[in-house]
Amino acid sequence: MGSFIWLIPVIPLMGALINGIFGRWIKEKAGVIANLTVFSSFVLSIIAFTRVLQGEIFNGDYFSWIKAGSFEATFGLQVDQLSIVMMLVVTGVGFLIHLYSIGYMHGDPGVARYFSYLNLFIFSMLMLVMGNNLLLLYLGWEGVGLCSYLLIGFWYEKESAAKAGFKAFITNRVGDFGFALGIMLIFTTLGTINYSEIFSQTDKLVSAGVLTASALLLFLGATGKSAQFPLYIWLPDAMEGPTPVSALIHAATMVTAGVYMVARFNPLFSLSPETMMVVVIIGTFTALFAATMALVNKDIKRVLAYSTISQLGYMFIGVGVGAYAAGIFHLMTHAFFKALLFLGAGSVMHALANETNIDKMGALYPKIKTTAITFIVAWLAISGIPPLSGFFSKDEILAKAFAYSPWVWGFGVAGALLTAFYMSRLVFLTFFGKSRVAHEVEHHIHESPKVMTIPLMLLAILALIGGWVGIPQILGGSNHFEHFLAPVFAQAQSHLHFSHPSHTTEYLLMGMSVLAAVAGISLAYLMYVKGSIDPLKVGQRFAGVYRLLYNKYYVDEILNSLVYQPLWQASLWLWKFFDNVIIDGFVNMTGKLMLLLSFFTRRIQTGYVQNYAAFIILGAIIILAYYLLM
Amino acid sequence: MNPQLLLNVTIFLPLAGVITLLFFPKEKEQLIKIWALFISLVTFLLSVPLFCSFRSGVSDIQFETLAVWIPAIGANYRVGLDGISILLYMLTAFMIPIAILASFHAITYRVKEYMITFLFLETGMLGVFSALDLVLFYIFWEAMLIPMYLIIGIWGGPRRIYAAIKFVIYTMVGSALMLAAILYLYFLNHNFTGIYTFDILKMYQLSIPFGKQVWLFLAFALAFAIKVPLFPLHTWLPDAHVEAPTAGSIILAAVLLKMGTYGFLRFNLPIFPEASLYFTQLFFILAVIGILYGALVSMVQDDIKKLVAYSSVAHLGFVMLGIFAMTVQGLQGGILQMINHGLSTGALFLAVGMIYERRHTRLIEDFGGISKSMPIFASLFLIVCLSSLGLPGTNGFVGEFLILVGTFMVNKTFAVLGTAGIIIAAVYLLWMYKRMMFGTITHEENRKLVDLDLREVVALISIIIFIFWIGIYPSTFTQKTEASVNHLIQRVKKAQVNLQLENRVLDFKSFLSFLADDNKQAGGK
Repeated sequence: MGSFIWLIPVIPLMGALINGIFGRWIKEKAGVIANLTVFSSFVLSIIAFTRVLQGEIFNGDYFSWIKAGSFEATFGLQVDQLSIVMMLVVTGVGFLIHLYSIGYMHGDPGVARYFSYLNLFIFSMLMLVMGNNLLLLYLGWEGVGLCSYLLIGFWYEKESAAKAGFKAFITNRVGDFGFALGIMLIFTTLGTINYSEIFSQTDKLVSAGVLTASALLLFLGATGKSAQFPLYIWLPDAMEGPTPVSALIHAATMVTAGVYMVARFNPLFSLSPETMMVVVIIGTFTALFAATMALVNKDIKRVLAYSTISQLGYMFIGVGVGAYAAGIFHLMTHAFFKALLFLGAGSVMHALANETNIDKMGALYPKIKTTAITFIVAWLAISGIPPLSGFFSKDEILAKAFAYSPWVWGFGVAGALLTAFYMSRLVFLTFFGKSRVAHEVEHHIHESPKVMTIPLMLLAILALIGGWVGIPQILGGSNHFEHFLAPVFAQAQSHLHFSHPSHTTEYLLMGMSVLAAVAGISLAYLMYVKGSIDPLKVGQRFAGVYRLLYNKYYVDEILNSLVYQPLWQASLWLWKFFDNVIIDGFVNMTGKLMLLLSFFTRRIQTGYVQNYAAFIILGAIIILAYYLLM
Repeated sequence: MNPQLLLNVTIFLPLAGVITLLFFPKEKEQLIKIWALFISLVTFLLSVPLFCSFRSGVSDIQFETLAVWIPAIGANYRVGLDGISILLYMLTAFMIPIAILASFHAITYRVKEYMITFLFLETGMLGVFSALDLVLFYIFWEAMLIPMYLIIGIWGGPRRIYAAIKFVIYTMVGSALMLAAILYLYFLNHNFTGIYTFDILKMYQLSIPFGKQVWLFLAFALAFAIKVPLFPLHTWLPDAHVEAPTAGSIILAAVLLKMGTYGFLRFNLPIFPEASLYFTQLFFILAVIGILYGALVSMVQDDIKKLVAYSSVAHLGFVMLGIFAMTVQGLQGGILQMINHGLSTGALFLAVGMIYERRHTRLIEDFGGISKSMPIFASLFLIVCLSSLGLPGTNGFVGEFLILVGTFMVNKTFAVLGTAGIIIAAVYLLWMYKRMMFGTITHEENRKLVDLDLREVVALISIIIFIFWIGIYPSTFTQKTEASVNHLIQRVKKAQVNLQLENRVLDFKSFLSFLADDNKQAGGK
């Protein structure tokens, strides 16, 4: 396999270079090049997948990257069951989004630049999931961060877009600070950064007492990239980027990198119950916390962004409780339905001259039917309605969470209710009810071109049936997905012991989560379609809560006054006072002191011979006196 | 040509260029520029075979020339390169043509004198990195100071006189102490061995008592720390950078600052290993303060050149951290980071110069939305910024990461603090980039800016090639340095044993006895 899998990341890199360098001449054709490269990678990934299905695993180094003393990082790739799932998602969903982008970005003057960045992203993401050591993971990690920065700020003339890109990069750097230290700690303890070598000596990490520390440091990186509390703040603002970017990077692939990391490092995380607990708590809290903010937001993309943060929380609950396969399963189904939701939102914006405010939508269903129907599929999938994909993956996580702690399950179900509610609110306000679309926009409402709707339809099929690879035993399935991934998580499973709830309990749990979804949808129906509950009145009744949620818990404002401003003021003080007044004051004073001294010594140089003679005599007397007296 | 001869030729070819330039008529400015560029290019091209034929895996001096120079005092003409100096030598030869290229439009008066000064400077710098005799070293060291002083003082900005004098006084204070220490070392060596010599390699063989080492170490360290510049001795740098013309800033950042860190590697660590170990904590602290302080102060600058100048304080802090970690990773990273800083910061100043030539302002607020009018510049400038903030895949990452790993192995606290500096590096660079390149165009002048011409693209791209080369395949360079680094570490490790046995009281009395000591008693060892 080693003979061709290196092509999988390299082909998109070539595409990025071609589009980046020759973009000004090829313009719109850049889209074709970018699509071809990602499609080639997808085909090669499928070939690799068939090999993995036959039990072939690849792990090999191509060349040495950084080498100093005992430290060595190689350019080495690894294709196992976990990597191949990620590769298929990245190239498969990635290709559909590339295809969609041809239509969405048509006519944009920066289209070549756009596709260059997008291809570069695919390259970085593939390095992230295919690398066989921590430093390549870090390379891909920062690489996708860069592409995210560039694509969020793609329309750089917009001040808010430029700012959002900057915020994303910096917030991620805070997480990467932990990630980098984690790498150093692991290397210093084990003398290697290669996955297989790390996993074969986890006992040394335990005996050195740094296992929990290293796992937590890595997890700090994961919270940055996967937008978990408290480093989630960049993701809602990231919606400034073109919508396909939000679908690809900020929903389907990049933001799941943290989940991949925890799953990849399952031999470490599963050995440290404290770390697992931290992962579960952060995941649970984020799942609920982000969902509450989605309840009241009026921007179609931002609602989806909060939803992504919340769903990522679910994935972390999964990998946190040790249900790694379930976490990855949800990662995959989420990639299908969330990419679909974002692309759908993009199609809506396309129809409405880039309107994102759901207060200015409504009754779009008959006008853009394909978009609406595919969007509805995704909505049902994320809400957890059987037999759509989201139901199976979310349920898998919740079942395992129940075994870990009923509390986590309880919060998870509450989150599911909120999810069903805010997603239904979004669907009802966008596609149903009365039209609130501005008049001048109204006449131009049109369905998107085929190049955009075909990806929607394909993703809708995936969102519909994508979960069937993981139907649990009690529903008559055989959970192929979990069995396929089992070898990757074998080492962790040996220290994890799940209590198996009885079938009755499982049915009951499943019933409860479906009930929560139905309840959420019904409530939204009553509020936004039927009108039997007036949302305005609810908002007024709980005005304090509403304001808190609407203002996103004032987190940005708090950070601004407690972190950014003090740091800025302190830095200003360091410069204007410490550097300019104290240090330079001392330097300049030395100069002035010299002048002052010479002011006196200059007096002696009178130029009169008699003065000099007097000094000579005085000196002679002193010397004589010294010898006589001593 | 055999490499030994080639080394001598490349050192003095720029000087030969100076002599030929004297015969050029003053008015033929274009010809003078091209001739200077030609000389510096030939110097670089001739030094490439040096790099290629430099044997890796050997820690000895290579391409050595030894000739008696002033027999009366035992000073020799001895030059050669080892793993510590080879990359810096190459960097110098590489950056000078770029700096000259950057001066083509920027220098409008006294062009002939300018080019003469620049080529003279090149010989000085190449000499510093290859000299293996203390007298020779000191002469090159001081010879290099004068042209830099002139470049700032004549072709600089409005406050050039203040900046130039500050630069010279700061450096002179250090140099004077270093000279005293060199002489002390000279007589000390005579007492030990009975031979009068200034040979640096002979000094390596001395085992100087700890009580003397510390003071000699401090004298050398002060000279080099000013050059680095190490916090709190850095305040000459922002002024010098802001006032210097573009090419001056490029060379100042790319090469001159490296003289300080190179000095630590060439003199302090190998000649005074016990003292180096003894002061490790102090230098760790100053280095980490430099990293954080430089980054924070850089963040609040409104002048681009000042911003880059303070960022140098942070970057060189990393180098110092790596050097004093005294691990293979730390030192390898430190040496590589010297090169990286030379390339990245050199390129940053180059880019700033390009935009300054167009707008005659360096205030960030005067720009905004430049990406629109100068897309090529925007892309190249971004790559340079990313390399400076240490993005994986670029050179900056390799150096910084090795330094931090090397530091982490010996002291976790300083590694953590250093890593925190990387966050702020992203803040100040991308914040500057955002304010300059993104947003809408607010100043009408910026709408009509012309994008880079071929000359400018060539200058930037040639640096960017190395940014990626080192980022992706650093072994080309690190393998040349590894043997010398290992040798140096072994030397220091040996000293670690001695240090535990020595009396380590340092007070004023011990300083007085160091001064009063006529070296005779100590000679017995």
